[in-house]
Amino acid sequence: MSTDNQGPIWEVFVQTKPGKPYKHVGSLHAYDKEMAIENARDLYTRRNEGTGLWLVKAEEIVSVKSGDEESYFEPADDKIYRHPTFYNMPDGSKHI
Amino acid sequence: MENAKNLEEFQAKIDAEIKIEPKDWMPEEYRQHLIRQMSQHAHSEVIGMQPEGNWITRSPSLRARKILMAKVQDEGGHGLYLYCATETLGVSREQLIKWLHEGKAKYASVFNYPSPTWADMGAIGWLVDGAAIVNQVSLQRTSYGPYSRAMVRICKEESFHQRQGYEVMASLMEGTSEQKKMAQEAFERWWWPSLMMFGPHDGDSPRSSNAMKWKIKRETNDDLRQQFIDKTIPQAELIGLKIPDANYKLLENGSYETSDIDWEEFWNVIKGNGPCNTQRIKHHAAAHDNGQWVREAAIAYNEKKEQKLKSA
Repeated sequence: MSTDNQGPIWEVFVQTKPGKPYKHVGSLHAYDKEMAIENARDLYTRRNEGTGLWLVKAEEIVSVKSGDEESYFEPADDKIYRHPTFYNMPDGSKHI
Repeated sequence: MENAKNLEEFQAKIDAEIKIEPKDWMPEEYRQHLIRQMSQHAHSEVIGMQPEGNWITRSPSLRARKILMAKVQDEGGHGLYLYCATETLGVSREQLIKWLHEGKAKYASVFNYPSPTWADMGAIGWLVDGAAIVNQVSLQRTSYGPYSRAMVRICKEESFHQRQGYEVMASLMEGTSEQKKMAQEAFERWWWPSLMMFGPHDGDSPRSSNAMKWKIKRETNDDLRQQFIDKTIPQAELIGLKIPDANYKLLENGSYETSDIDWEEFWNVIKGNGPCNTQRIKHHAAAHDNGQWVREAAIAYNEKKEQKLKSA
């Protein structure tokens, strides 16, 4: 078998504090889940950067293809009625 | 032709300070320049672990040893951030390491100098990391997104490195006459190599122009070098170190004038004739080869676990 490789790439997400969203911080190589999470701790949280870690194999992430952005996101452009500022409120109305 | 329109849009993004991301169109020359520069940067972090690793077992106190280990670990981490960022350009980690071992990729020449005394640990942290910080602060604004983000992370961690080095130098300069001499000699060993870290004069730098136009580099070699000189000379004087340059002087604008670098030495070390070039690569290749069985075992272990999962 061809063995001299560094293992697959994993994407690393760190939660800075409990209750906060997980944010992408970078990536690393690891051969399995345990090694991925241990490497992530050593690489991305040496200075109390987080209280939680998510690791996802890069090949398993689904994303919008380059060049497809328009067809995916443009339909939202003409639906301004989805925003609260679209609506006319009667003069003098409060707390709305 | 394919490219005229793409190139125009690309340059417009750069001019508007919009970062280029991995899946965006980019000129092949931009990609190649980044692969070369970023991998060289990554290799420098990792090769830089050697002159300092040399002193971990001989550091003068437990405090000093813990600090040095943390610093060397950081350098390894910085190498990993940068390798991953380089891989987003479509080149594999295995390939990057192969180019290093074959001598096709370079690393910072400064790590080809030896570190014979404890004071070299101070001088490296203060001067070499100090020069690297000036360069990296500027590179936080580089136009390639993954490179820029790696630089932000690295800069956050780097200032501890410089401060610990300066502390080593400052405490030696408060010590015995032997300790002062040791600090002064280390300062003299590292002063010129750290000025060389910024590269040739802008006029002699073969790749500067597109790198500036594409905002891979944000400031010229000479400007960055001057920033470093202006910060460092007062720090040296404060702790009583003598600048190893008979001609340096403070100008009216607060900047320092210094002698020109020995460019012959600079090119000689780049060409592979520095004191430790052969040793550094040999050591890296040996460490890599000695790790082969670990990689094989890790792959085999994972395959076995996945088999078990399937059959369960």
